[in-house]
Amino acid sequence: MEIIPENIRSILATDCGSTTTKAVLIEKGPDGYRLVTRGEAPTTVEAPFEDVTRGVLNAVKEVEELRGRKLLDGDRILTPQTGEEGVDIYLSTSSAGGGLQMMVSGLVLQMTGESAQRAALGAGAIVMDVMALNDGRRPYEKIKRLRQLRPDMILLSGGTDGGDVKRVAEMAELIAAADPKARLGAGYELPVIYAGNKDAAEVVRASLESRTALSVVPNLRPKLEQENLKPARDAIHDLFMEHVMAHAPGYKKLMTWTAVPIMPTPGAVGLIIEKVAKRDGIAVVGVDIGGATTDVFSVFKVPDTDETVFNRTVSANLGMSYSVSNVMAEAGIENILRWVPFDVDEADLRNRIKNKMIRPTTIPQTLDDLVIEQALCREALRLSFEQHKALAVGLKGKQQSRDISDALDQVASGSSLVNLLDLGLLVGSGGVLSHAPRRAQAALMMLDAFLPEGITELAVDSIFMTPQLGVLSTVHEEAATQVFERDCLILLGPVVAPIGPGKLGQPCITVEWKPEGGKSESRAVPFGTLLLVPIPAEGALTLTVTPERGFDMGAGKGRAVTRTVRGGVVGLILDTRGRQPFSIPTEAAARIEKLRGWNRAMNMYPREV
Amino acid sequence: MAHSYTPGLRVTDSARVLRERRLPLKGEVLAPIGAEVAPDTVVARTELPGNIQTVNLAQKLATDPAKVADTLVRPIGSQVRKGEIIATAKSMFGLMKSHAEAPSDGTLESVSTVTGQLILREPPIPVEVTAYVRGHVVEVIPNEGVVIEALGAFLQGIFGVGGETFGPLAVAVSGPEQELLPQHLLPEHRAKVVVGGSFVSYETLMKAREVGVAAVVVGGFDDQDLKRLLGKDLGVAITGGEDLGFTLVLTEGFGRIQMAQRTWTLLNAHQGEIASVSGATQIRAGVMRPEILVPRPGGGSGASTESLEGGLDLGSMLRLIREPYFGRIGWVTALPPELQALDTEAHVRVLEVEFVDDGKRAVVPRANVERIAD
Repeated sequence: MEIIPENIRSILATDCGSTTTKAVLIEKGPDGYRLVTRGEAPTTVEAPFEDVTRGVLNAVKEVEELRGRKLLDGDRILTPQTGEEGVDIYLSTSSAGGGLQMMVSGLVLQMTGESAQRAALGAGAIVMDVMALNDGRRPYEKIKRLRQLRPDMILLSGGTDGGDVKRVAEMAELIAAADPKARLGAGYELPVIYAGNKDAAEVVRASLESRTALSVVPNLRPKLEQENLKPARDAIHDLFMEHVMAHAPGYKKLMTWTAVPIMPTPGAVGLIIEKVAKRDGIAVVGVDIGGATTDVFSVFKVPDTDETVFNRTVSANLGMSYSVSNVMAEAGIENILRWVPFDVDEADLRNRIKNKMIRPTTIPQTLDDLVIEQALCREALRLSFEQHKALAVGLKGKQQSRDISDALDQVASGSSLVNLLDLGLLVGSGGVLSHAPRRAQAALMMLDAFLPEGITELAVDSIFMTPQLGVLSTVHEEAATQVFERDCLILLGPVVAPIGPGKLGQPCITVEWKPEGGKSESRAVPFGTLLLVPIPAEGALTLTVTPERGFDMGAGKGRAVTRTVRGGVVGLILDTRGRQPFSIPTEAAARIEKLRGWNRAMNMYPREV
Repeated sequence: MAHSYTPGLRVTDSARVLRERRLPLKGEVLAPIGAEVAPDTVVARTELPGNIQTVNLAQKLATDPAKVADTLVRPIGSQVRKGEIIATAKSMFGLMKSHAEAPSDGTLESVSTVTGQLILREPPIPVEVTAYVRGHVVEVIPNEGVVIEALGAFLQGIFGVGGETFGPLAVAVSGPEQELLPQHLLPEHRAKVVVGGSFVSYETLMKAREVGVAAVVVGGFDDQDLKRLLGKDLGVAITGGEDLGFTLVLTEGFGRIQMAQRTWTLLNAHQGEIASVSGATQIRAGVMRPEILVPRPGGGSGASTESLEGGLDLGSMLRLIREPYFGRIGWVTALPPELQALDTEAHVRVLEVEFVDDGKRAVVPRANVERIAD
């Protein structure tokens, strides 16, 4: 279908998340395109529906009711718009397929098997099982296991380049014999990545190409002493996004409804983040925290060049509902509790987290429950960002290799492009950030998780609609840009955070700020403080920060920096709690006192928790 | 939007369930179409070649490798028992006699005149697939297995661990609100599917293992105990492969939660009947839930009343699925259409519920309830 942008009067766009399906209605008015209403409904990937379109219809129904305008004709979205009924275009993004659980295999458990496992873990997957010729199991036991686990993807490695072909062929035949069924149902081809001995690629193709979605990438262990994980890791990542994540029961039906192909949610959000970075000429980090996955995007300059690089990582098993239990398992319960300003019974907390996992659409009703959910969010964001930093190491496609000692150390190679001092804007999206009852809560969650340094602006997606605008930008750039700027991006305010250790109360920074057309004010802030200064929500602000000796704002220790930033709805946040290191007291009473102090400073909650 | 789409778990007295039973390798299908099968009926089997054992005869008998073939007391191809003498040799002018024994049961496969090694192949390893559930075969997958149709009661749990098992249903507590305690588990519960009430502790599960119960079905369980049971924190809910000695199915969730009356009544109604149970759970798109199947000859009786989803109306019975009222049961007394502010300051759609146990009322988010049978 040909889309003529100037003829578009109304746009309906949905994003099918793993937990919630969000619909937005955009209409063209005298002043251009604006968001007019939104609706949401639980995603229906589970029984009894097992059909993602049901959740779409429910979310659109809500939009219809709120706007008082007919959009549906039974189970059909009315397109194009006729009079006051229907919309000119319907688009969708999807991440309803959820997390990534893989099986990996190699020839020798301790060698290629381990390399394959590292590649999968590095791509954010959960490794359900590692199969190797020498793992002590008989072939039929491996086949049984493959069938039982229903992996989303299989990484097959094995052999050094030029080495044994026969045994690699055996592993391929085993996978072919298992004929594993993917969890996303019939008609969905299981992705298999082959990253083993290059001489065996043809044999593997012969076994697997006809019955799986096979990708062949360079060997992850080309020589015994050399490990080259990046091609396999990138392939896992891309296949997950393109193949697994967007798919969900009913996906094929939904495909027939949309004007352009359904875009995977991270792809759509990435487009917007990239555009913002390009438009403003700044380094940007974006995060979209969902129920099953957390996606992190960054645009940074390559050191000593004029080139910028966009990186996107999908932490496939970190999220706020389906993956919430994995956040606890990966972060450790003590890391979650360090953000909770009251005593919690560990047994009770564990049960709460598991119950959220098995009933993912529930919401916090009490303030304590909200605080716990926001503690989990901080850890999910922190872990996702750690993973992003480790993977955002250079140009895509550029191979990084590690020698055997690195491989054994399990340390990522290359240095991260993510330099927090360069970061100009940090944007958050996803239910827990966009729907936080107070915007200050979103600000502090991002601040605690990302620990920005120097001067950084914070923003959130107002109602969690970046994915829809991303896909819209591919067909109607003007509408996407107008809605993004007017209705989507909410600036929370700039953060000032000097680097350096210090003693509580020691002089740290002096901040001077001057709003456009306003008068200049200044304030000295000692070390160990979190302070919120009211500033206009809109308009520019000139900030000059003079650090004391021993503290660095990016220009060197003790050297002042001046920057023009935008205002925000939360205010100017002065954070001298420390960077490199940032620490929280480990003793419970001291920690609780500290957290409560920070919450008061940020006016986080309606009462003290 | 008065809808609440919590997991649509099936709890019904009358269901038709199909279960595919496949061999991991090609083999022989033993049950033809129409065959009546019990849970332990072997429906398909195959054999794997046995393991290889090597015996260095030349070294053991101090013989030249070229001559080891002459030392065999039985010809190649013979079947031997473990410990049986398979080769003898004389040395020191016939004064010393040495021999070699079979290290395991098996067949004498070959002997090498180069290395002096004897290859003994152990007996083939049978691989069998059982029916798992009582029913009849409706489809044969040639050389691989069958599809079995079972008719009867079918209950899905919300979470489980442990694989497939079966046994007679035995209700061990007197009410759905009761905790299953170690003293409830008696020797006669061996190999049975034991139904508890609201909760089971790690200690009780250890007693269950000691008694040898096949499966435990209860309302709730603590995550802390799950960690002890599995030896690790369960991050992503993909279970079913654990080797615990029993299968555990939770019908309601984590913590102490009264088993839903409907589930309790249904399980009680089938006491003594053979139930097939699987703990396999995968909570992700394409979800898989643990199950309890109680098939009976001739299929189920009574109407199938599975669909509890859809609109909530005044008077609908529901259960709260989040704090601060987690696990409590009540009925809807008001469905205000406008958004209301919660304690958290979030503005959401709510409903008013009157609790069954104390008659008190509360306002809760609609997202935090699930409809249950009246």
